[in-house]
Amino acid sequence: MVLRKILIVFAHPALEKSRVNSKLIEEVGAIEGVTFHDLYELYPDMDINVKAEQELLKEHDLVLFQYPFILFGMPALLKEWMDLVLVHGWAFGRNGNALKGKWACHIVTTGGSKASYSREGYNRHTMKELLVPLEQIARLCGMRYLPPYVIHGTNVMKQKSIDEHAKHYQAMLRMLADESFDPASRDAQEYLNERFS
Amino acid sequence: MHEGGFFFQAFVYLTAAVVSVPVAKKLGLGSVLGYLIAGIIIGPFVLGLIGEEGQNVMQFAEFGIIMMLFLIGLELKPSMIWKLKGSIFGMGGAQVFTTALIVMAIAIMFGLQWKTSLALGLVLALSSTAIVLQTLHEKGLMKTDGGQNSFSVLLFQDIAIIPILAMLPLLATGHAAVHEAHGEGATQAFQAWMDGLPIWGQTIAVLGVVAGIILAGRYLVNPAFRLIALTRLREMFTAAALLLVIGITVLMGMVGLSPALGAFIAGVVLAQSEYRHELETNIEPFKGLLLGLFFISVGASIDFLVIASNPLVILELVAALIILKFLILAAIGRVFRMSFDNILLFALALAEGGEFAFVLFSFGLNNGVFEASLVNPLIAVVALSMAMTPMLVLLNEKLIQPRFGTKEMPEKVPDRIDKRSRVIVAGFGRVGSVVGRFMQANDEEATYLDADPDNVELLRKMGLQVFYGDASRSGLLEAAGAAEAELLVIAEDNTEKVVEIARTARKYFPHLEIIARASGWDDSYELIDMGVSKIYLDTLDSALRIGGDALSRLGHRKYHVRRAMNTFRRHEENHVYELAEMRHDKKELIRATKQRIEDLEQLMMDEREELHKDKNLGWDTSGHTNDEHLMRS
Repeated sequence: MVLRKILIVFAHPALEKSRVNSKLIEEVGAIEGVTFHDLYELYPDMDINVKAEQELLKEHDLVLFQYPFILFGMPALLKEWMDLVLVHGWAFGRNGNALKGKWACHIVTTGGSKASYSREGYNRHTMKELLVPLEQIARLCGMRYLPPYVIHGTNVMKQKSIDEHAKHYQAMLRMLADESFDPASRDAQEYLNERFS
Repeated sequence: MHEGGFFFQAFVYLTAAVVSVPVAKKLGLGSVLGYLIAGIIIGPFVLGLIGEEGQNVMQFAEFGIIMMLFLIGLELKPSMIWKLKGSIFGMGGAQVFTTALIVMAIAIMFGLQWKTSLALGLVLALSSTAIVLQTLHEKGLMKTDGGQNSFSVLLFQDIAIIPILAMLPLLATGHAAVHEAHGEGATQAFQAWMDGLPIWGQTIAVLGVVAGIILAGRYLVNPAFRLIALTRLREMFTAAALLLVIGITVLMGMVGLSPALGAFIAGVVLAQSEYRHELETNIEPFKGLLLGLFFISVGASIDFLVIASNPLVILELVAALIILKFLILAAIGRVFRMSFDNILLFALALAEGGEFAFVLFSFGLNNGVFEASLVNPLIAVVALSMAMTPMLVLLNEKLIQPRFGTKEMPEKVPDRIDKRSRVIVAGFGRVGSVVGRFMQANDEEATYLDADPDNVELLRKMGLQVFYGDASRSGLLEAAGAAEAELLVIAEDNTEKVVEIARTARKYFPHLEIIARASGWDDSYELIDMGVSKIYLDTLDSALRIGGDALSRLGHRKYHVRRAMNTFRRHEENHVYELAEMRHDKKELIRATKQRIEDLEQLMMDEREELHKDKNLGWDTSGHTNDEHLMRS
């Protein structure tokens, strides 16, 4: 099996209180081809080492941004990371093609149900719509954008369900790490989750 | 004494210990077996280097057991004892009474009188505190269920010795031999006075002494130790610690109580004193040596002539004793719902006879309870069974457990109360106190060490777990739990001390991660060379904060200042590490230092220039992308 190298850019400001994300990442280190990159642990002062981050990105084929959805967006440090690392002349612009052809995907956990993220629902927008700026960032950098991998209803989730999600997540990572698997293989679906069920 | 006198004796004992114990340890047998074998070898039946006076040595060496119980007491808080009360009185009581009654029944069957049989049962019910605790401790089994329960039973036995001693004369059948006076001079006079008292008077005297020990431990010892600590004479502290234990022994001897029990009580009372670790450090080596001496004399006292005259009978008796006690203990373990593994450990560890059997046998002999023809082979039986114990525990560990043992369940979350802290903070001065308060505020209990008695006293009053002592001594670090801790924070004010502490910790506890405060360049280099994980330049952070505040007061944007501070700090810290590598080359050092200053200037300049050069780039065009070719990080 040829490996597709996966970088998980992980941003959780309070992992010590997390139930779902902490379970998801529990055994992530054991999956071959996956680099787990914990931003809040690495840069507690937001003092991001840009050069090192760019080198890391270059070494990987697929970038997964994983975080809890906070006020319809990502945690502050991840935004800071994007602002600093994905700069003109490197990630985009005339000579900026360092990320061209790589895959990008967002793994999002949220307390709201799937139904609440719809036109009729409480949040009035679908997840895809709320992630539009991130889709655009990926396109700007010439990356291939995958639909988001979303876990809904995390606030009231039972342990058994969390365990199932963790298994599913790990299976997804294993498949993505296989070079022969085409992430875009099936028809565009709303969530990436559906491709691995 | 033997020819050659005291020094020759000491030479023989120490040689035997120094040669045999490391060999035994290397072979995985544990130190107790090593000492026992050494005793047999230098004893009257192999080399004959020590003779009859082995008995005298043993009486002296029993002092090691007293010290051991004192140290055990120091490790136990009264609340722990209270928690153990069920197992102490339940299991301990069950073990002593059941064993005594069954042995008695068997002895009557063999035609002994019931009085003698009962005395025999009581004596043989006891196990060896010294051998069991030392062996379990060495193998790290004290914290297991089996270890804890063994300890409880041993504690009950130690308490039970007092009534047994009182009862033995009542069980006399023959004529009492000439009463051999124990103790001398004043002690004897006092004992005579005690004997003259009516029963209620004796009881009051006994209770008074125990209460005295508790009260003195509570209110007298701490201030006294504080005064002694203030003299800063290390040997005075050692002397005072020894005085304390010996004083208790004398006092308890006077009222006829077990000194071991008294020392244990004193230890418990002092368990919460700030001088606890220092006391441990001082008593520990004496305890170790005296216990070693004790084990050697047990080995030497095994009477091979008696064994040789009737080898089969003796061996059968040893086997019978061990099997009987094992079965009773195993049954008790079942009743108290211990797991299979723990029952095995518990029952094997306590299946032997105890050192107090020697005392009680000779006491009973003098009081006409036993006859010499009965006692002599039994002493050999008890000694042999004691020598077997470390082997049985070893056998259990190497052969029985791996085959029949159930795998222990994954450990549950350890109890926070009796758990040793994961971090030790050395130095509770200006820096250490902030480190400590910060950790306390974040619910991380640390063990604090400080060498200033006034400071320690003050902080104890504020409710912090601070202990007095010099952290550059391996003994104090050991007592503070360095073997189990994960992290050592050195926050000492005194620079030389910081380096000393790091050196000691590196040498004796190489697993311990160290982070340390450093005030100057030279000690920074030294700490880096030693492999300290991270050093903190003493004034760097506050200086940077002052500089940063100055900049922002002059109108610089605060976020820019904060980032500039980070850059500068990183630069400065890397610099120390690089200089540490090349400091032995003076020329290179000067060149590198110059280069560094230039680099930093360049870096700051670039940052400004780039900002003006290209407005199209992201908001952060400087510092971070550029500092990489200047800095390794």
